Amino acid sequence: MIEISDITKLYKNENVEFLALKNVSFKINDGEFVAIMGPSGSGKSTLMHILGALDTPTSGRYLLDGQDVALLTEDELADIRKNKIGFVFQSFNLLPRASVIRNVYLPLVYSGVSKEERVRIAEEKLSATGLPETHFHHLSNQLSGGQMQRVAIARALINNPSLILADEPTGNLDTKTGDLILETFKKLNDAGHTIVLITHEPEVARHAKRIIHIRDGSILKDEILR
Amino acid sequence: MAIFDLLEEIYFALSANKIRSFLTVLGIVIGIGSVIAMVSIGQGAQGSIQSSIQSIGSNLVIVTPGAQRGVGVQVSAGRGSAQTLTQADADAIQKEISSIKQIAPELTRRYQITAKGQNTNTSITGTTPAYPEVRNIAVGEGSFIDAQQMASYSKVAVIGPTVRDDLFGQGAEALGQSIKINGVIFKIVGITQAKGGSGFNNPDDIVYVPLTTAQRFLAGDAYVTTISIEAQDQSSMASVQQQITILLLERHKISDPAAADFGVLTQADIVATASTVTSTFTILLASIAGISLLVGGIGIMNMMLTTVTERTREIGLRKAIGAKKRDINLQFLMEAITLTFLGGMIGVGLGWLLAYLVSLFAGIATSVSWSSVFLAFGVSAAIGVVFGYYPARRASQLNPIEALRYE
Repeated sequence: MIEISDITKLYKNENVEFLALKNVSFKINDGEFVAIMGPSGSGKSTLMHILGALDTPTSGRYLLDGQDVALLTEDELADIRKNKIGFVFQSFNLLPRASVIRNVYLPLVYSGVSKEERVRIAEEKLSATGLPETHFHHLSNQLSGGQMQRVAIARALINNPSLILADEPTGNLDTKTGDLILETFKKLNDAGHTIVLITHEPEVARHAKRIIHIRDGSILKDEILR
Repeated sequence: MAIFDLLEEIYFALSANKIRSFLTVLGIVIGIGSVIAMVSIGQGAQGSIQSSIQSIGSNLVIVTPGAQRGVGVQVSAGRGSAQTLTQADADAIQKEISSIKQIAPELTRRYQITAKGQNTNTSITGTTPAYPEVRNIAVGEGSFIDAQQMASYSKVAVIGPTVRDDLFGQGAEALGQSIKINGVIFKIVGITQAKGGSGFNNPDDIVYVPLTTAQRFLAGDAYVTTISIEAQDQSSMASVQQQITILLLERHKISDPAAADFGVLTQADIVATASTVTSTFTILLASIAGISLLVGGIGIMNMMLTTVTERTREIGLRKAIGAKKRDINLQFLMEAITLTFLGGMIGVGLGWLLAYLVSLFAGIATSVSWSSVFLAFGVSAAIGVVFGYYPARRASQLNPIEALRYE
């Protein structure tokens, strides 16, 4: 469960101050499928970085499964990311020249899981994303965009995270492939995964069950679709 | 991160750009290889100089005449040019100094020698029967001068193999033949075994005659040019040296040791002097080679910095999925160390090969010591740490958000 209360984020340059988030509060329950939607510069990326434990807020509280993430050190944040969060990026961010399997199990390398176990889990997660088994041992740069994103989703799933954070996951894909990827997210949500989708496209956001509209660093509207 | 996973990551990273990795390693290979080769040449030279000094005898103390000085004259001729040592000095040393095993005075001059129309100019050493033992000379054919020949002023000679080759032809039968030294006929009674060596101090280009004969028929006086003394053991060399100095000062009626008209050198002194020269030479060679190693290290740093920049997004991703600073730091540092260690290993092989080729083709003795091999490994790993540290640190300190956005 995610509980954000009264979060602000202030960026400071030498003489310019920019308030990216202004007193944002919301709650996401386990098993939800939420889209955070807003135009560029609305603060949604900042919010994603905080939700993903890549950054800490200037003030406010962020409880992830009851733990206050806002107060953690850099290494403790790394542990949170390793154990509780799965990232899916717009540009996939796969290791080139590495096999699909190796890309998927990479987070487990940092958890100290044995290689046999890693391969087994990676294959299981890849199957869940619908990537054909014949592609498991291909190099990641031999895949199409849609296939790459499936590999990235499998990687995000590998540590059974509390939260899957997808940052514009369809941004680099054509509409048809994008829809297939969104369909995959829907299936994962049906299987019980909590998904937060960050996007600026209303058509993409509509695939979620709830949309948090954000503009100029504040929540504009919290809309429940189904 | 488990060690095996770390090695796997390093393998993938380094094999992703094989040519670049190879060229970077090459810098270290050349650096380490040249250090090994240069040090081996230096140590080989040291070894061969030391063994040639050892070959002139063991526990040897040598007394030579000093420079010739007139009363109140500040100009001195070269050391050894004076005629200040006599047969009587040698006898006194033998009689009065303890812990002496053997003593062999000698009178060495250069003379023209002829035999059957061939002639050569070489040094003639008049000496005593103890000489072979003191100066480590072995007789190959015939025998050395004996006491009876000494006592009877016999005109007999023992010649070195080089003299034999010069006068009678390569390996010819010379025993029993006659030679003319400075117009006096001598009969060859022995030929020494070859010791090897060449140039100014060829120990095989020499003729030995009885000291008495040399003094009477060749030099015409009772002076000696060198007194070689074999001390009983290594520990008594210094005391023998000191006793001889005191004795000769007294005999020559000199009160100030600084004004001594003779010199007393031990073999250890000669070895020490030669060692200073060769170790300076070794350090010089090694430091020149060390510079190329430094350049190799800078190459490592350059490549690692390029790698870190190229892989910024990868570093961002690794951090996003839970890698800690320490993990990233270790990965990049180990990549650098792997490169240098690999370079060190190949470099040792190359150095060994170079040392072998140098001794094969240039005829210079080389010796690759284990200490220099281990040192090379240590140094190459240390270079990895030193030159890999900064790039690895830079990688580990990247902000994951910025790294992920890096284009």
